[in-house]
Amino acid sequence: MKNKLAAGLVILAVVGVLGYLAFGSVSQNLVYYWTPSELVAAGSKAEVATVRLGGMVEAGSVVAEGGGTTFAVTDGTERVRVRTEQIPPQMFREGIGVVVEGTMGRDGVFQSKRLMVKHDENYRAPAEGEKPGTSTMVEGP
Amino acid sequence: MKHVWASGAAAVLLLSVGTYIGFFHAPVEQYMGITQKIMYVHVPTAWTALLAFTAAFVASVGWLWKRAWTWDYLLESTIEVGIVLGCLLSVQGALWAKPTWGVYWDWDPRLTSVAVMVLTYAGIAALRSFVDDPVKRATWSSVASALGYVNVIFVYLCVKWLRTLHQPQSSPSTVDPAMVLPLRINAFGMIFLAIFLVALRYRMARARRARELEA
Repeated sequence: MKNKLAAGLVILAVVGVLGYLAFGSVSQNLVYYWTPSELVAAGSKAEVATVRLGGMVEAGSVVAEGGGTTFAVTDGTERVRVRTEQIPPQMFREGIGVVVEGTMGRDGVFQSKRLMVKHDENYRAPAEGEKPGTSTMVEGP
Repeated sequence: MKHVWASGAAAVLLLSVGTYIGFFHAPVEQYMGITQKIMYVHVPTAWTALLAFTAAFVASVGWLWKRAWTWDYLLESTIEVGIVLGCLLSVQGALWAKPTWGVYWDWDPRLTSVAVMVLTYAGIAALRSFVDDPVKRATWSSVASALGYVNVIFVYLCVKWLRTLHQPQSSPSTVDPAMVLPLRINAFGMIFLAIFLVALRYRMARARRARELEA
């Protein structure tokens, strides 16, 4: 009887913690990255801290200039311009997900110190007649 | 013992065939190119690591309920195999992440919870070696690993629940059909490998306990 009680209590604790994680507000308070909408809504409050910004690279927004790259990150509603001095990873291209870590500048441009590509769960063969490979935007050294 | 070696042989066979098909017959991924080939070991390793810790959870509940030594042997062996798989998983993941994400590591919920998972079970394995009384050892490590299992479920679900750098689980509808077959073959290969390792480790745990209980 004591054993069953112990086993039952442990299972109850596991289910309890999981339920709290699932239905509690942890997921609203702890976020891995901000969306462009959240960053824009925060306004000047976002200017001091190092934060992560996540979204899609807006089509037609990628410009290589002066040893760096600028592009816009969008969530479909708002967009934030991002500047990086880093050479973007090979997977970087228009329309792909990115997470950038850095600081919002007073000029409204997000200065990225760390650029990460976030790919999705799709794995496909290249279309007929196309070569597999990575973006043509960034040429190798 | 025959069955144990049979599952080891099945693992070698399945992993060779699956990896061969994955490397030479499955198409090269359209954006990631050849880098994506690591998926054929990374994803099966992940599944099997989570399965090993699930088996450890079952074993810990089994011990707490029935107090039969079988459950303790199973707990000890599945935890250790799970730790090995978890370490492999992290290294494979880092190797895949660098060319695709651009970084080896970042503290996103998936990667962080996997690190916590490996460290939790490594801690439990260490705890076991500090406790001399076999009954106390089995009970304490059962309670600890059952609680640690919360995080294992979180590892699986966090990519659905939270914002992460790691992509959510793929399904046959998001993966090219020609990639699904080698992935499945290797998944069974990794499961047989884990069964093989757990079985060997189980026998070791049983032999050690027999000596301990005699003394």
